[in-house]
Amino acid sequence: MSLIDELGTYLGSANTRAQLWAALAEHGYLALLPILFGVVLAVGAGWLGQTWPQVRGTLAVVANLVYTIPSLALFVVIPGVIGTTILDSINVVVALSLYTAALLVRPMLDAIAAVPQAVTASATAMGYRPARRYFGVELPLAVPVLAAGVRVAAVSNISLVSVGALIGVGGLGRLFTDGFQREYYAPIVVGVVLTLLLALVVDLLLVLLRRVLTPWQRPAPTRRADEEVAA
Amino acid sequence: MTIEFRGVTKRYGGGAAAVDELSLTVPDGSMTVFVGPSGCGKTTSLRMVNRMVEPTDGDVLLDGRNVRDIDPAELRRGIGYVIQHAGLFPHRTVLGNIATVPMLSGWSRRSARRRAGELLDTVGLPAELGSRYPAQLSGGQQQRVGVARALAADPPVLLMDEPFSAVDPVVREGLQDELLDLQRRLGKTIVFVTHDIDEAVRLGDRVAVLRVGGRLAQYGTPADVLRHPVDDFVAEFVGKDRGYRGLSFLSAGALEVGEVVTVEIGSVPGESGEWRLAIDDERRPRGWLAPGSTVDGSLAEADLVAGGSLYRRGTSLRGALDAALSSPASLGVVVDDDGAAVGVVTARHVLDVIERHPASATATSRTARA
Repeated sequence: MSLIDELGTYLGSANTRAQLWAALAEHGYLALLPILFGVVLAVGAGWLGQTWPQVRGTLAVVANLVYTIPSLALFVVIPGVIGTTILDSINVVVALSLYTAALLVRPMLDAIAAVPQAVTASATAMGYRPARRYFGVELPLAVPVLAAGVRVAAVSNISLVSVGALIGVGGLGRLFTDGFQREYYAPIVVGVVLTLLLALVVDLLLVLLRRVLTPWQRPAPTRRADEEVAA
Repeated sequence: MTIEFRGVTKRYGGGAAAVDELSLTVPDGSMTVFVGPSGCGKTTSLRMVNRMVEPTDGDVLLDGRNVRDIDPAELRRGIGYVIQHAGLFPHRTVLGNIATVPMLSGWSRRSARRRAGELLDTVGLPAELGSRYPAQLSGGQQQRVGVARALAADPPVLLMDEPFSAVDPVVREGLQDELLDLQRRLGKTIVFVTHDIDEAVRLGDRVAVLRVGGRLAQYGTPADVLRHPVDDFVAEFVGKDRGYRGLSFLSAGALEVGEVVTVEIGSVPGESGEWRLAIDDERRPRGWLAPGSTVDGSLAEADLVAGGSLYRRGTSLRGALDAALSSPASLGVVVDDDGAAVGVVTARHVLDVIERHPASATATSRTARA
């Protein structure tokens, strides 16, 4: 039987299609919820780094170390640390949140540090208190850098979720374990295609989100007024 | 609001003083310019007013109230602040930038934006710029927005840290004029920092000259600092041509305006052995017709020698002397407020008036001594 026929048979089953949708939804949820947590952690790290510049180095090193832990090892270790069962999907969410944060902390710290001194000084001089200044001035200006990091993290998470299938929680990853065990290639092909599509769609949405959040980075609506407007 | 520095010293890490025992008073509604070479502590001094820098010793008082006793954020919302490159928030529109302090002070969004719209007009910017982002504005426009932002909550005090030093000279002069005009209308108490003595004497009601190490060298009116520098440092800092610059403060009341032969553009000039001033149909000077020059038919702009600077009647002697010195005919053209030529002055005329001027006598003797 050719691969095309196999795929036809595989996708012909309403039962399979329902399973695929469920796996896709689970995959999206397992990959994207950690983005949210990771961003919150990175924003917190940025705040620490801005308030106590001397901890920036430590934060960056810790983030790097976390990112070097192999994902499978982390999936297996986390239940022991936070007391969940090995099959709990929270394990994957926690692990990927850590990876996301690890990926975002360094660019976050750099982006906050790169806000022009004239801008932070004038914010302070205008009567911003530190917390409000961070959320009102520095964080919005860090969005372009943060958004680039989030795009990388999102794609990375979407691919890492599949690894979760080895501990029984893996969204589309289960199509791979399933296909390998049965030497049945249709679910593997469908799994790869759906993973790619998911990554593409998420990336596109993140690009749009970034555009919405950074209106000041779009080209001018009218031609730049080079001439001084006479008083 | 009166600003008083009382024995203010700032030392960083126990080292040399950045500001050393600074004591001076900026009277209510006046503009004081801190001027000096880099490292003289002028910006540090400025920043001690709004507690961006805390003094090691001494006090800064606003209307007799020690700034140490005021919550920093609250204090700063009552003090406008303008810096070089404006320091605008790149992620906020022009209106959003201007509305910053009102929003921080808890105004409603609607009234903050309405106020921002008014200020756009105050600083001479068209309303349609309100929805632009700072990166879409020219340097001069950004600086105006910076001034508007500082004025938004109508603070009694304005701190300006080299606000115009990053814009080109022509735009800078325009901004300086507008600041003076704004000051006449609003009567804020302003501390202005610059390294440019010309800007200092142009803007300040008083000028504080600071020397490296943060010591006040001289505090007085611009005319005073130019005419009677207290020591060699100030004399050198205010520059070699300070005598000439000092003319800015001498009024030309006694200056007699001489007659000049004029020819109108488009008329047939005939011949003459002297310089003749070419004017248009509204008597505005267009240039000079050189002695002995011949014109085929009627006079056109192409026949003329370009004129020098124009001297507006009633302004300072500096302009009068400059007009005479820059004119190809050695005759400075005097114009009225509408720009119409009313006559000429010679450098000799101007110098006569200067020598008869009582204040200039001391200036001359001081210069001779130095």
